[in-house]
Amino acid sequence: MLELKDITFKVIINGQEKEILKDINLKFEDKKFIVITGHNGSGKSTLAKIISGILLPTKGQILFDGKDITNLNITERAKIGLGYAFQQPVKFKGLQVYDLLKIAAKGSLSLEQACNYLSKVGLCAGEYIRREVNNSLSGGELKRIEIATILAKQPKFSIFDEPEAGIDLWSFQNLIKIFNSMSQDIKDGTIVVISHQERILNIADEIIVLSNGVVSMHGSREEILPKILGTESAVMTCKKLA
Amino acid sequence: MEKMNEIQKRLIEEVADLHDVPMGAYNFRANGKLAGRNTTANIDIQTKTEGSGIDIRIKDNTKNESVHIPVVLSDSGYKEVVYNDFYIGENCDVVIVAGCGIDNCGSQDSQHDGIHRFYVGKNSKVKYVEKHFGSGTGKGKRILNPGTEVYLQDNSFMEMEMVQIKGVDNTNRQTTAKLNKGAKLVVRERLLTHSDQKAVSGYTVTLDGEGSNADIVSRSVAKEKSYQKFEVKLTGNNRCSGHTECDSIIMDEGKILAIPSLEANNIDAALIHEAAIGKIAGDQLIKLMTLGLTEKEAEEQIINGFLK
Repeated sequence: MLELKDITFKVIINGQEKEILKDINLKFEDKKFIVITGHNGSGKSTLAKIISGILLPTKGQILFDGKDITNLNITERAKIGLGYAFQQPVKFKGLQVYDLLKIAAKGSLSLEQACNYLSKVGLCAGEYIRREVNNSLSGGELKRIEIATILAKQPKFSIFDEPEAGIDLWSFQNLIKIFNSMSQDIKDGTIVVISHQERILNIADEIIVLSNGVVSMHGSREEILPKILGTESAVMTCKKLA
Repeated sequence: MEKMNEIQKRLIEEVADLHDVPMGAYNFRANGKLAGRNTTANIDIQTKTEGSGIDIRIKDNTKNESVHIPVVLSDSGYKEVVYNDFYIGENCDVVIVAGCGIDNCGSQDSQHDGIHRFYVGKNSKVKYVEKHFGSGTGKGKRILNPGTEVYLQDNSFMEMEMVQIKGVDNTNRQTTAKLNKGAKLVVRERLLTHSDQKAVSGYTVTLDGEGSNADIVSRSVAKEKSYQKFEVKLTGNNRCSGHTECDSIIMDEGKILAIPSLEANNIDAALIHEAAIGKIAGDQLIKLMTLGLTEKEAEEQIINGFLK
């Protein structure tokens, strides 16, 4: 279980202090599929970066399976089982898809296993395994490879920042299948997804709504979803694409 | 190879990926002396009668054959200038592997200046691999100044892979090429400098023939206090196309100077140059760290991939 206690994150913009996150208290329980939603600028991505160690909170504490990890760096958090899928996947000149998957799988990954991860994200493995993770790949392809790196890493706790963005042609159904199979593969694993998509919210066990840096709602899907349908926090696919 | 000591054999492995005597034609040179030679029915190697070096003659229609001509220096303070000329016939398809390894454990500078001239016949295809490597703990510098001249006849093709990853203190590499009708030149250069090494790499490529094409890509990494200068001049004198790219990662207190130059003397000459110098992107390090690598391991992976 991952727990956030009084997490606050402040930045200075043009000499003015701004609170991006204010006293966030959340518990992400094991075996749960949790969706974080909220309007743009509500602090969702900042929260994901604080959990993965990319940003350090101004105040507060992070506990993972009861252990205080607030002062662990990105690498240390990755090693104890945290995974983070970037909203904007990173490009590398020279590094191949297979290299990236091998790093994710801690070095030992057969070609067959790597191809299997690529197939899961809807990429023809033979065509992509030796491709460089560079500008020659489209945004959607990079996004799927990003998800494949998390599959290869098999983290106990994973957080996906808007995984559906940029993969319009790929059915949400496949993405949902991936999340389902991940929950089965990783015993006691927690999957957290940042998304506005109604179809992703529809499969959540729990929904967290962030608003101006605070948790405005948190509860089961049955409780929260009816309250946010039709708002910016839960848009239908066709509306988002339009 | 039986005439070589262990250091020399290790250098040969580094620069030519050879663990044993290769198949095909070869000429091994160690501390200025011939250490092994083999010729084939199609490939002849002769020591020059005047000056130092060899002439390699490849007959017309020679296909799927290779020539290895590695050079090693293991005596501290040894300096040499060598001229090797390659006469490649028409309709050939061959691989040429050169390279120089210097081990300097002494206090005097060791230096090898290899001048290679390639005369590539019509419709021939050549793959040329050149690796440079230095080792040894001595104060004496390891210096390599290769000069390469390439003359490509009609519809010939040459691919050059130039690699210098480690241990060479000072290098000045100058490559010139002239391309006739329909000829194509591809260069892939990879360079890594560290400590206070200096590397200068210059290309002067002239596209004389109609439909000729050159693609020159250099990827380099300058670490610590090292210095690199990359200068490329591409001239188009006919309907032709040319692309050069210099892509560098700068680290620590490294310095890199990139000087691109394009000259079009014909309305149908299409020439492009791209140059980029920058440090390793922070988000690249972060991505690999979220996969469990330390910052240093992430840096190594990024550089290895970049120079692969």
